Amino acid sequence: MIEIKVKKELSSVKETFKLDVDITIKNREFITIFGKSGVGKTSLLKIIAGLIQVDYGFIKINDQIWLDTEKNINLPPQKRKIGFVFQDFALFPNMTVEQNIAFAMAKKDKNFLKKVLEVTEIENIKHKKPDTLSGGQKQKVALARAIARKPTLLLLDEPFSSLDLETRQKLQEELKKIHDEFNLTTILVSHDFSEIFRLSDRVFLLEKGKIKKHGKPEDIFIQEKLSGKVKLTGQILNIEKEDIMYIITVLIGNNVIKIVAVEEEIKELNIGDNVIIATKGFNPFVLRTM
Amino acid sequence: MFFVDTEFIQTLTITFKLATLTTLILVIIGVPIGYFLAYSKHKLKPILETLIAMPIVLPSTVIGFYFLIVFSPDTIIGGFFEKVLDLKLIFTFEGLVVASVIYSLPFMVHPVQSGFLSVPKSLIEASLTLGKSRIETFFRVLIPNIKPSILTGIVLSFAHTIGEFGVVLMVGGSIPGETKVASIAIYEEVEALNYDKAHLYSIILFIISFLILLSLFYINKKIVRADKL
Repeated sequence: MIEIKVKKELSSVKETFKLDVDITIKNREFITIFGKSGVGKTSLLKIIAGLIQVDYGFIKINDQIWLDTEKNINLPPQKRKIGFVFQDFALFPNMTVEQNIAFAMAKKDKNFLKKVLEVTEIENIKHKKPDTLSGGQKQKVALARAIARKPTLLLLDEPFSSLDLETRQKLQEELKKIHDEFNLTTILVSHDFSEIFRLSDRVFLLEKGKIKKHGKPEDIFIQEKLSGKVKLTGQILNIEKEDIMYIITVLIGNNVIKIVAVEEEIKELNIGDNVIIATKGFNPFVLRTM
Repeated sequence: MFFVDTEFIQTLTITFKLATLTTLILVIIGVPIGYFLAYSKHKLKPILETLIAMPIVLPSTVIGFYFLIVFSPDTIIGGFFEKVLDLKLIFTFEGLVVASVIYSLPFMVHPVQSGFLSVPKSLIEASLTLGKSRIETFFRVLIPNIKPSILTGIVLSFAHTIGEFGVVLMVGGSIPGETKVASIAIYEEVEALNYDKAHLYSIILFIISFLILLSLFYINKKIVRADKL
């Protein structure tokens, strides 16, 4: 069981607000912190890692207390068993892939190093320097390095945001596999809809420093119970008027589709909104493509 | 060549010994100072930063003049060095080294400081979350990633020390075999109308400096390339 309670004044260029979070996570659970940029997602991860100090905080990982401001307990980042995957991957350019991973290990363990390289499928690039790798490869190395630390808690800060869709989907599958294989408890920060549905057991909706809602992804993001037979999630790219109707352009995965809507329906929709497209009472054709 | 005498050899030896020693001391003190200036949020930091940058703006004679005043044996500081540490800093080689270190300090500190600043913060954070101490992070993550900056600092300090004139003249007093360096020797030879000797000093300084800089730039290029293999 992991308990995290923190309070901290955060200030960005635009505004100052209070981060006030109280979450409990079960062991081996995969949770996502979801929210727009600038709501304190990354700060929360860094607080858990001990990289940012707080005004008030209590963090307990199983029986071990990492932070208790009232009792003046505050473990430095080095003593917290975490694997942190940074948004920019933060691979050490002066070391090879293998050295990067070995750096994370408290003592030399050839077998474990080999296993990490195998599971993350980066054995073939182990002698390369990070600067020569593709985005997807860097991502794998960053993940491998975080796991090599044998963390109790894996923290992922929008790890897939800089990758193309295909690589992203492949790595999401791998992450799920690794999460299970190494019995990890994972906190993912993301604002990618599909990623959350695919990966997380529970999602915490963070708005202006506060948790607005939490629960299963379906319960959080699907407002009404739908009995639709086809449900697609996507993002609105454009809304345009054509005669008396409106055409909504939606990005689903890497497909763009157009949907006809009436004025009533588009009232609450804006460009950039994440939406669900559902159809009721009809059976769509499924045709194999070559 | 008839005019290559002992004094000529001595002067060149002193010149390069001074530059090498100064550069060595600057690496040892300049890197930690650069680290402090890059990461500290201390409120006195701007003052320290300004002081270190002063030699770039001031004529070297100003530094030399104050050095003479501060370290003359009748002052508290000068007296302390002479009586307690048995170190005379006026008109001695030791004094030249100390003065050169002060004079060339910004040329080491500035590149190193901007080197540290160019290392992404996440690299340091990553190292800490991977269980490494600040010291280990410094030696295994930061230093290897700012090698080109340190090398630039070395090149600039070395070149700047060889090229200095005002400070060494005032602090050293141009004593042959002790504090006379090539840049002063050239000036004196020209004044005495010994153009041949001035030429010889100049061409040797030119060639040796050229070769040192060339090899350092070459090494620098290799380091950068090595990280991309």
